[in-house]
Amino acid sequence: MIKNEKIVIVIAGIIIGIISVTLVLLGNPANMGFCIACFVRDTAGALGLHRATAVQYIRPEIIGLVLGSCLMALSKKEFSPRGGSSPLTRLILGFFVMIGALMFLGCPFRMILRLAGGDLNALVGLVGFICGILAGIFFLNRGYTLKRTYSLPKIEGVIFPVIQIVFLSLLLAAPAFIYFTEAGAGPGAKHAAITISLAAGILVGILAQRTRLCMVGGIRDLVLFREWKLLLGFLAILASAFVMNAATGNLSVGFANQPIAHTDGLWNFLGMLAVGFGSTLLGGCPLRQMILAGEGNTDSVITVIGLFAGAAFAHNFSLASSAKGPTTNGMIAVAIGLVVMLIIAVVNTRKAAATVNN
Amino acid sequence: MLDARGRSCPEPVIMIKKAMAFNEDEYAILLDNRTSLENVSRFARVAGYHSDYTEENGIFTLKITKK
Repeated sequence: MIKNEKIVIVIAGIIIGIISVTLVLLGNPANMGFCIACFVRDTAGALGLHRATAVQYIRPEIIGLVLGSCLMALSKKEFSPRGGSSPLTRLILGFFVMIGALMFLGCPFRMILRLAGGDLNALVGLVGFICGILAGIFFLNRGYTLKRTYSLPKIEGVIFPVIQIVFLSLLLAAPAFIYFTEAGAGPGAKHAAITISLAAGILVGILAQRTRLCMVGGIRDLVLFREWKLLLGFLAILASAFVMNAATGNLSVGFANQPIAHTDGLWNFLGMLAVGFGSTLLGGCPLRQMILAGEGNTDSVITVIGLFAGAAFAHNFSLASSAKGPTTNGMIAVAIGLVVMLIIAVVNTRKAAATVNN
Repeated sequence: MLDARGRSCPEPVIMIKKAMAFNEDEYAILLDNRTSLENVSRFARVAGYHSDYTEENGIFTLKITKK
């Protein structure tokens, strides 16, 4: 059974890597077949939560991830509306994870895809990411917990998938009050066709829900328990995306002039440090949060709301980086985020007895 | 009897890992989601325990015994 799970997640990873590169070939921004952070930010822009005209588009990939996860969970009787585990703390953590991701210009999923495209800045990000996870593990081992979650009425779990359907309707109907980046005006205008993006999102959502794929969990479980399962999944994504990039002439190895990326090593490191630390404190990377949100987990929905809020603030207050590098406001925001995460970690940690019943 | 109901990843596995420090032959743990069930079972098996579970009303009782 253990061997079987590993084979399944490797196959899933290979498929996900192929889908990710295909999306880029069909119109998505470079090295951005998927990016939970960027896509939440783009969707926030489309809804007017920020007015950065270069990045406004309701990304069907996000919709697909949630709905795919939801369908898969329902089919396996794993749809389980629950919540109540320190929701506001999760909101704040989600907020600062987004701040960190927009400092680096990618969520952990995109970090892998950037690496697979030859973007060595993502290597620096990866080091920061791992350090953040190690920091999170330090607290987990000392009893860090956001306390338990509780079963909720079915409607609580259904609301978020329904909201995604509403977003899809808005994308398709394109009413005047929804923003769309104009052609040529930025990454928001670069996207594969709606049906393709949606289908890709659904497929990846199904695979990610089934395999419990999680970038943070991959490294965390290896360090904590010597468990390779999740890490193999994301190594498979890296490998297959890399091979496909190479085969399609989309590989460009180096630090300079990488698409939608900057070369400021310190802030790539610190941005992903925040993402790694915050995601470990949240119990999963942004992709995993999206998948859990589709399963009815409202703690994850709150986290996603935090991601949206972080993206909106980031573009309203110049916190996000650009190809030219980080902004001063962004540096301050990431620094604040790291301090806040540290406080959250310390306050929620207490020596837990091995058999405590709470 | 460990109660990991409502606990999210990776807490249930950390709980069992800490309990295993006492080197008992048998442990029982309450879980309420499949992901945790899979994670704890996998961890237990790698640590040299046999695992088995029963389910009632969405609550899993996982029993692990030293091989």
